[in-house]
Amino acid sequence: MMTLKVNGQDHQIDAEPDTPLLYVLRDDLKLNAAKYGCGLGQCGSCTVIVDGKAVLSCVTPVLLLEGKQVTTLEGLGTVAAPSPIQRAFMEEQAAQCGYCIAGMMMRAQALLQRNSKPTDEQIRAELEPNLCRCGTHMRILRAVHRAAQLMDTAELSPAGQRSAQ
Amino acid sequence: MKKKSGIIGSVVVALLLGGAGMAFAIAWRPAIAAIDPPKPQSFDASLVRRGRELAALGNCNDCHTVRGAKNFAGGLPVPTPFGTIYSSNITPDAETGIGRWSEAAFLRAMRLGVDRQGRHLYPTFPYDHFTNVSDDDDRALYAFLMTREPVHAPPRDNQLAFPLNQRVVVAGWKFLFLRPGAYKPDPTRSAEWNRGAYLVEGLAHCGACHTPRNALGAEKLNAMFAGGDVDHWRAYPINAQSPAPVPWNADALYAYLRDGFHSDHGTARGPMAEVVRNLSAVPGSDVRAIATYMADVFGAPSAEQKQRGEAALAQVKSAPAATTVDSPAGSIYVAACAGCHESGRPPPYGGINLALSTAISGSDPRNLANIVLAGVRPVEGERSPIMPGFAASMSDTQVAALLTYLRARFSKQPAWTDLGNIVAEARRTQTASMETPADARNASAASTERAKP
Repeated sequence: MMTLKVNGQDHQIDAEPDTPLLYVLRDDLKLNAAKYGCGLGQCGSCTVIVDGKAVLSCVTPVLLLEGKQVTTLEGLGTVAAPSPIQRAFMEEQAAQCGYCIAGMMMRAQALLQRNSKPTDEQIRAELEPNLCRCGTHMRILRAVHRAAQLMDTAELSPAGQRSAQ
Repeated sequence: MKKKSGIIGSVVVALLLGGAGMAFAIAWRPAIAAIDPPKPQSFDASLVRRGRELAALGNCNDCHTVRGAKNFAGGLPVPTPFGTIYSSNITPDAETGIGRWSEAAFLRAMRLGVDRQGRHLYPTFPYDHFTNVSDDDDRALYAFLMTREPVHAPPRDNQLAFPLNQRVVVAGWKFLFLRPGAYKPDPTRSAEWNRGAYLVEGLAHCGACHTPRNALGAEKLNAMFAGGDVDHWRAYPINAQSPAPVPWNADALYAYLRDGFHSDHGTARGPMAEVVRNLSAVPGSDVRAIATYMADVFGAPSAEQKQRGEAALAQVKSAPAATTVDSPAGSIYVAACAGCHESGRPPPYGGINLALSTAISGSDPRNLANIVLAGVRPVEGERSPIMPGFAASMSDTQVAALLTYLRARFSKQPAWTDLGNIVAEARRTQTASMETPADARNASAASTERAKP
């Protein structure tokens, strides 16, 4: 038994220490946003965020997550209240089949958390480990830029109000 | 008495003058007249093509190009125990490159390590090897470089303390360590062996990384190819002391150098990645010659080495599926490594069985730490291996535990020591660009790195 903290909630997990995080997320916690693609850490569709960094959950045994915070796409927003990255991907229609998109969004989210205004080149370099076979790369790039803008305005507006008071 | 001291005095003066004269003769090199940059059309196309292949054999682009900048425009910081030296602009730009260098000036730089103006070049430019290159090959290299796009990129100032920042000091280094002159073939050896020796000891300058250096930064002639250091990586011993589990032979070397991987040895990454990328674009006969010569340098495997190789290959064949998990590090191996490294798929798409890994059987754990943390990134336009890095999911302690486990399970060598510091240092150097905090990732940071991973 170990405690796994996912999207702010503690879960008691009964799994072998070498079980990949992806299996626990999907099979035990029924969090299905992270996808099984290659199972070898080569496609990126299983990407989640661990302590602020993008991690490939299919090659991450749960024993490495003791005391760490796991965030999956479900932890960012809901259908009713999507997070900026989710809104941006929808507004740019960045998904075609959509299989890679959850992983794309998680890696982009991790990038935007440490670099709020990435250049095109930085986004390309960051998303390199995540593959998309439909070919919506240009839309994904636009979506990440749009998410950066959305986060920017979301952060600025309360501050603007404060300074106005 | 007076007469005697007079004699001593004149002897001292004569010695001083003689010494000064000798020092002058050793140190002073005249400038060679500047020329107007020759027009690209003035060079014979077949000579330029030959020069392109030679430049690839010499790996010139690797040190003379930085990521995100133009080819051959220089500016790469090369850290040395003596300070940081920046590579120069070898495009034919008239002001900042070698546009005003005549062919004679270029030949002198290759043979003697002196620039057009007569200044001594630091031996980070490996003229201790390039002195072996023939005049004909130097002419082809000159034709190739002078037909590249001229790039205006002023040289960066070296960071060297006095007296090393005085280029005249280099004259003393050359007096001790540079043996000028083109390669002399060994008539008792085959033409292929001699071709390989000419390339390895000359233009390809393999020893610059693979031979250890003495306190003055010169290659130790009594330890040729015994292993060296480059950019926080270990350049493995490539002589009889090779730690490779399966002994190298000419065929394996040829395939590895040509394709960048071999199923008994794995893939060439780290600073070797650019070398094999370049060697994929040169005549196969030259790679074959290098392999022939280097197989001789490795020597025939000893009985013990042969046995070690057979044992490693047997371990691969009989390896049980990774189900026995006896420790946290073993669990990490099963979940993070075995999926590729026990897949049985050949490289570059599958990882080699780690019983064959020189990174694990070698004495220096840095290469393994680098790869585990940073992974292997795909290279644009290449059939290159990829591996995810684990810097984001494993702590230094966990990486160290994994390395200890791999060493114990896959080699017969004694456990590594000081892994905590080594892993921390690997994280610092290998993942700098991944770990950069908010907004600090910019072009100027990238421009201090080599063009390719």
